Amino acid sequence: MKELTRHKLSRRKLLGGAAGAAAALPLLHETVPHQGVHDTVAAAAGGDGGHAAGHAANRGLASGTVGSVDPAVNGFDPHNVLRDFDSGRVRREGGRTVREFEIVAEDREIEVAPGVKFAAWAYNGRVPGPTLRATEGDRVRITFVNASSHPHTMHFHGIHTARHDGVPQTGPGNIEPGHSFTYEFDARPFGIHLYHCHSMPLADHIAKGLYGAFVVDPKAGRADADELVMVMNGFDTNFDRGNEIYAVNTVAFAYHDRPIRVKRDELVRVYLVNITEFDLLNSFHVHANFFDWYPTGTKLEARDFTDTIVLGQGERGIAELRFPYTGRYMFHAHVTEFADLGWMGFFEVED
Amino acid sequence: MEAATIERTERRMPAWVTGLAPLALLGLAIGLFVALGAPGLERNGAPVEELAVERTSLAPGEIELVVRNDGPDPVAISQVLVNDAFVTFEQSAGEMRRLDGNTIAVAYPWIEGEAYAVGLVTSTGGTVEHEIEAAAETPAADAGFYGLMGLIGLYVGIIPVAIGMLWLPWVRRIDERWIQFVLALTVGLLAFLGVDALLEGSEIAAGGAEAFGGAALVFLGAAAAYLGLAGVDGWLRARAHDDGTAAVGGRPGAAVAGASGSGVGAWRLAFLVALGVGLHNLGEGLAIGSAYAIGSLALGATLIVGFAIHNTTEGLAIVAPVGGERHRLRGMLPRLVGLGLLAGAPAILGAWIGASAFNPSVAALLFGVGAGAIAQVIVQIAPSIRDSSGRLLHPLAATGVLAGLVLMYATGLAISL
Repeated sequence: MKELTRHKLSRRKLLGGAAGAAAALPLLHETVPHQGVHDTVAAAAGGDGGHAAGHAANRGLASGTVGSVDPAVNGFDPHNVLRDFDSGRVRREGGRTVREFEIVAEDREIEVAPGVKFAAWAYNGRVPGPTLRATEGDRVRITFVNASSHPHTMHFHGIHTARHDGVPQTGPGNIEPGHSFTYEFDARPFGIHLYHCHSMPLADHIAKGLYGAFVVDPKAGRADADELVMVMNGFDTNFDRGNEIYAVNTVAFAYHDRPIRVKRDELVRVYLVNITEFDLLNSFHVHANFFDWYPTGTKLEARDFTDTIVLGQGERGIAELRFPYTGRYMFHAHVTEFADLGWMGFFEVED
Repeated sequence: MEAATIERTERRMPAWVTGLAPLALLGLAIGLFVALGAPGLERNGAPVEELAVERTSLAPGEIELVVRNDGPDPVAISQVLVNDAFVTFEQSAGEMRRLDGNTIAVAYPWIEGEAYAVGLVTSTGGTVEHEIEAAAETPAADAGFYGLMGLIGLYVGIIPVAIGMLWLPWVRRIDERWIQFVLALTVGLLAFLGVDALLEGSEIAAGGAEAFGGAALVFLGAAAAYLGLAGVDGWLRARAHDDGTAAVGGRPGAAVAGASGSGVGAWRLAFLVALGVGLHNLGEGLAIGSAYAIGSLALGATLIVGFAIHNTTEGLAIVAPVGGERHRLRGMLPRLVGLGLLAGAPAILGAWIGASAFNPSVAALLFGVGAGAIAQVIVQIAPSIRDSSGRLLHPLAATGVLAGLVLMYATGLAISL
């Protein structure tokens, strides 16, 4: 959450020293402003109807950033990140499936809101990093190359040995710049997980963009669906240990300005991951609909049927829903401050 | 090289060449330095982004900020936040180089009386926060508005000063020693105003662009006004000499003569006092106007009454030097009216400027000008206070100065209540 250093209300300062020190502070109790509401009523019925002349500006607040982020400059598009799953190079070893991935950490400047640059650390040049996907029981082999100027690791959420846990204190420890290491483990349990850098200081290595989603499918698979990956993140652009910008898949208002297109009545499966730093909680709320909620995706029975869920740092789950009507439906953090700061989007439901 | 050789070389050069040579060399050195891309010097660290918000104005549904790049590096404003929400906005400039200005217009449904934090997000992700402590609509600069500002200036500037000048008949009838006391009182009043102007100016300067000098502007303004007024005084004296009239009041020997107030010297002194007070009232008007424009000034009866009491003493200060003037009062009237306007009318001008085109750096400079003018006036009055033995701070004078300070402090309290 952005910490605004809200100064104590200082009417003394505000007065601008009217009329000399001794002459200043005239009747400050009389400066309490009159009641009167300006422009809080958005033009719900369209236009400025009903407002007195001279109040032409009564249009309510048009939220959002000004301008747009060019995906070509960033090197990735949040709209592609949504449905981009990397299942690795598949080979068979001793009768079982092995999936090999190569992940490169690098320093990279990205644009997190129109015109606002952020010196990120990225896996494979994008934030969030690639969504890695395997089936429960597969052998996963990730060759991690550190092309960044700082030491990094890859720490996976899952069940594996200490050597491959990707923390500085075990196994190979920090992977120094120019070095590499191959993490290897079995993909389990099934569910929606995540991976991230675990070098110290931890908050900084995560906040700068070293994270991604890790999907482990159950052996029997899941029902066919339009599958979307949403990594809820935030960016501390001014280094005040609070985020200035919030988003799903990095770019503020990316799905607000260009809605996510889905089909009416088709099953939509959202792999939702919360990797927001500095804030304890983030949330997901969808309008005009409810979803089945599978916490961490590790059970096949939905735990809840709701329209709002709250996730702590590192928490994740699967939301499944169908849109019965066409039209434009909002989804956003119901931590509403985050919504105003970029974490807000639309589903465009079409026939 | 021998000394004789140096002399010969220097003589061959015209004086202006030797005067310009260092400048030419400096230009050459700078040109080379820039052309070579500042060899040996590299930027260490991230760009420094400093923005000063010089003016805030609010219209229904819109917040407008005038900002200036106060830092050494270019700054581009990419997004704007109001109370932790991104908002749509328009700006008049793109990337701002050092000292460039930019007007940011934000569409926002603000509510009167509430506090807003406007965050300017730069291209590097840096944020510059600006507080609007109590939102109020900025008055439109129409005829009615200028009329109101004129009325305020009239109330706080001209009327109190005019009332204070009505002490003249009394001053004319009191003993010469008491005139000295009243002049000392005037010094006290002015000293209070001068210190006050310095403090106010410094405070206002803090809100302006640091690159323009900040609080240094106040002292710069003070020095300029002091020297400027000294020049005006010198010019007036020279003119008095040309007219064949003996200048009085300034020289130690003529001190008492000045105090007893006859002739040109007394009027010159009164003029300088009025000018100094006028420059001070310009600053007062400026502060009142800007406070009114941002909706933080209550235009109540108590404020006006307080000002009347406070500024009335300024009128006394103006007439004190001419207490010994032996002309008929009726004949002096045009001059007195002129002095009253000189002292009071700048409050109107200040209110207009302050409410319509307030700039903290300019305001700080003007406050400094007021303070400097007052300092010069005090120096001018001082000789008239000397007693027959030439002592400046004799008991009566010291008491007068103290009384002036106390009077100002006490009447100031009436306002701040």
